[in-house]
Amino acid sequence: METHAHEATHTAEHTQHHHHHEHPSQSFVEKYVFSMDHKIISKQFLFTAMFMAFAAAIMSVLFRLQLAWPGQQSSVMHFFLGDRWAKGGILDPNMYLGLVTIHGTIMVFFLLTGGLSGTFANLLIPLQVGARDMASPMMNMLSYWFFLISSIVMLISLFIETGPASAGWTIYPPLSALPQAIPGSGAGMTLWLSSISLFVVSSLLGGLNYIVTIVNLRTIGMKMTRLPLTIWALLITAILGVLSFPVLFGAAILLIFDRSFGTSFYLSDIYIGGQALSQTGGSPILFEHLFWFLGHPEVYIVIMPAFGLMSEIISINARKPIFGYRAMIGSMLSIAFLAFIVWGHHMFVSGMNPFLGSVFVFTTLLIAIPSAVKAFNYITTLWKGSITFNPQLLFVVGAVSTFISGGLTGIILADSALDVAVHGTYFVVAHFHIVMGLSAVLAMFGGVYHWFPKMFGRLMNKKLAYWHFWLTFICAYGVFLPMHFLGLAGVPRRYYTNDAYAPWAKLQDINIIVTTFAIIGVLSQVIFFVNFFYSMSKGTKSSQNPWDANTLEWTTPIVPGHGNWEGDLPVVHRWAYDYSKPGKAHDFVPQTVPMEEGELDEGEHS
Amino acid sequence: MIKLLIYIAIALTVVLLYQLMRIYQLSSEVKGKNIAIADEKDNRSQGRAALLFVFGFFIFLIWLIIRFKNDMLPVAASDVGKISDNLFMFNWVIIFIVFFVTTFMLFYFAFKYSKTAKNPTAYFYPHNDKLELIWTVVPSIALAVIIIYGLSLWGKLTGKPSDNALNIQLYAKQFDFTVRYSGTDNKLGTTNYKLIDDATNPLGMDSTDKNGWDDIVVHGELHMPVGREINIQCNARDVMHGMYFPHFRDQINCVPGMSTYLHFTPTITTDSMRLITHDTAYDYILICNRVCGSGHYNMFLKVVVDTKEEFEKWLAKKTPQFDAINKRNHGGAVAMK
Repeated sequence: METHAHEATHTAEHTQHHHHHEHPSQSFVEKYVFSMDHKIISKQFLFTAMFMAFAAAIMSVLFRLQLAWPGQQSSVMHFFLGDRWAKGGILDPNMYLGLVTIHGTIMVFFLLTGGLSGTFANLLIPLQVGARDMASPMMNMLSYWFFLISSIVMLISLFIETGPASAGWTIYPPLSALPQAIPGSGAGMTLWLSSISLFVVSSLLGGLNYIVTIVNLRTIGMKMTRLPLTIWALLITAILGVLSFPVLFGAAILLIFDRSFGTSFYLSDIYIGGQALSQTGGSPILFEHLFWFLGHPEVYIVIMPAFGLMSEIISINARKPIFGYRAMIGSMLSIAFLAFIVWGHHMFVSGMNPFLGSVFVFTTLLIAIPSAVKAFNYITTLWKGSITFNPQLLFVVGAVSTFISGGLTGIILADSALDVAVHGTYFVVAHFHIVMGLSAVLAMFGGVYHWFPKMFGRLMNKKLAYWHFWLTFICAYGVFLPMHFLGLAGVPRRYYTNDAYAPWAKLQDINIIVTTFAIIGVLSQVIFFVNFFYSMSKGTKSSQNPWDANTLEWTTPIVPGHGNWEGDLPVVHRWAYDYSKPGKAHDFVPQTVPMEEGELDEGEHS
Repeated sequence: MIKLLIYIAIALTVVLLYQLMRIYQLSSEVKGKNIAIADEKDNRSQGRAALLFVFGFFIFLIWLIIRFKNDMLPVAASDVGKISDNLFMFNWVIIFIVFFVTTFMLFYFAFKYSKTAKNPTAYFYPHNDKLELIWTVVPSIALAVIIIYGLSLWGKLTGKPSDNALNIQLYAKQFDFTVRYSGTDNKLGTTNYKLIDDATNPLGMDSTDKNGWDDIVVHGELHMPVGREINIQCNARDVMHGMYFPHFRDQINCVPGMSTYLHFTPTITTDSMRLITHDTAYDYILICNRVCGSGHYNMFLKVVVDTKEEFEKWLAKKTPQFDAINKRNHGGAVAMK
């Protein structure tokens, strides 16, 4: 019965869309600006996120310059920050904190949440499940426009007189609540909170849409066990976001009340600026709990879509099915479940109950098990493959490597007794940049190289891509590997200079190594930008299925129009990973090819 | 003017790059070369690059260890710190083994199984329940050991301090720490933030609490006797601060509106540590490790671990806060607020 109903909906949907096709004339504004086409929205997310990431990368170069050569005059600093924040080319300590804060905020929310999910969920969900568009194209459009407004508000906050929010991207009160404590907690913080509130709206509009589309609009034959892992990953990501972002919204609202309306949710017994404040009874720890209740799932919201892209790209380029398809789904589901009960590992030093701390140690280290399964499965997928080194494969192998390296140092930070020895130092900075930042960024680059032909009908230049990969990858480790050593020497993060303590002077070489790699790494992104924008209009024209892949997006026209498929929607007969299946004419069998008699549906059994 | 030149230079570079790309692409098209999809030559060269990388990566890591090994924190100077160092070493051994093996496998397989004339087809291998079971169970066992070992130390760190521990308070504000010793009764007097007065009562001590009458307030240095457990009550006046003792391998946040606690026993005096580090000026330090404002990076306190005798001699020279106020204001009577 269920299948019948399913097919009936689809037939209805087919007719409706045929109807649509009869009115193809759209104005430029409808088609490219206020577009409801998921493919255009995906590009809008990508371009906005690329711009934001570019800004955040420049910020990182500025504060890295300060850390390598503290207090030295720099014309670069003055060029970007002017007299207000870099008088005589010397960075202002408040602006240093502002740069660190906004760099983190943009990278976590605008690039790796909005940019990563926004780009690939929008592009891939309808194309890979076989749908004409998202369940609600209107909500999808709104999701982008809220994202854009949120981005603009965040950027505006950089240009106001008192400077941007500067309490760190985690904006712990009371620092973030009291403009007396730091100038960035004035108007800058108000803009930050407004921007993030808008971001939550965008994220919810997008996330709900992704879930509904995946659950309801799969084409005939696209059982859950035949979904590509990209879609599984994006589904789980969206569920995580829908459940956790509202909590951040709540935390932000309470903070807005404390800041503007005299409440004391987070404030108690404070004496500042020669004055005892009237607020009592609140607790900053409450904010930490609320913030990390989003904050921890958030890191999986960042890494989960990357897992999806990694699985798909490794499998296609190794010309092998992803090893342990069901184990991959199972590990993502268990990671997602555990993601909600580990937030306390960010708070081992907050003063919370030690027993609660023990529980969080246990749940956190449990996550290492499904993570290990994923890493081993990726490695086994490469084993005895026949690996085509398209640029995206390199990026994804790089992402597996950073996931392993960064994941392993997580074992130390998850262990509360060791965490207290290195908490808040550069060891943590190195850990999360490698495991979350680099893995997700590398996978995202891989995704861009892989799906570029679907976005623009053209391919990117591989030589430039190879240069881009090796420079980026080597510089990435060059930046973050040495940082562990600063952490092990006890150097705290978010310090304007490290000269407070004499023994750290011997470590200044590390800061210089890190900054040098950071500058080269950021400059190498020029190669990517040139390749990207050039290939968009002039690159080699793509063929129908340039990577010989199985998934449905390669059955559409090379540049699909609104509605994706001309004629009927494709019908799915098998899982997405029949690569190099014995007894087949080619080393790939698209999902639309019917099963031969007696053939095993691997999605049901792997 | 210079800014304008920079913008023009950037614009020209972009045009130049664009033209170079165009020339490269057209010449490749003339030669019939594929410039987008990897061919056998790429598979071979990139596979080799992957192998080269993994060796370079390991060499870089080992070089970093050798080069900066001696600049890391010296041996732990507290009872819990020693256990912490052992636990660290235990975890490092596991981590390094897994790291080297898996990272090598990853890049080596990429190199070995690149698609060439010799390796034209892949082996269809969708799953193997036994293998997957192995790499679920083995990490689980390793992690169980790590968890149990870790939690035993966590219990020590956060358990109750002993009865004869020396009670002190560390009071954080933008951008310094103040120390309060509990005096002869080893009890800290209560405080109230509404009583704070920067000139006479920076900690907001309540003079109606007798426990506080002998409390000694010290600025600029924290002295501790070696071998005796220290029980620190941590407070903050304005925003959150972090109280990080890297040498004793412990830290906790100072939070406005509540007290947090930290206890450990220093085991090495400053003088002995100077011998260990071959540095006659070596000092322990307490660092603020929770971003607290523009002066955050300058918020620290020198920590001195004395012998028992030295410590008592040092403390005896200090006067209790209320005593000092009394002498100034009332010539002896206890100041009542």
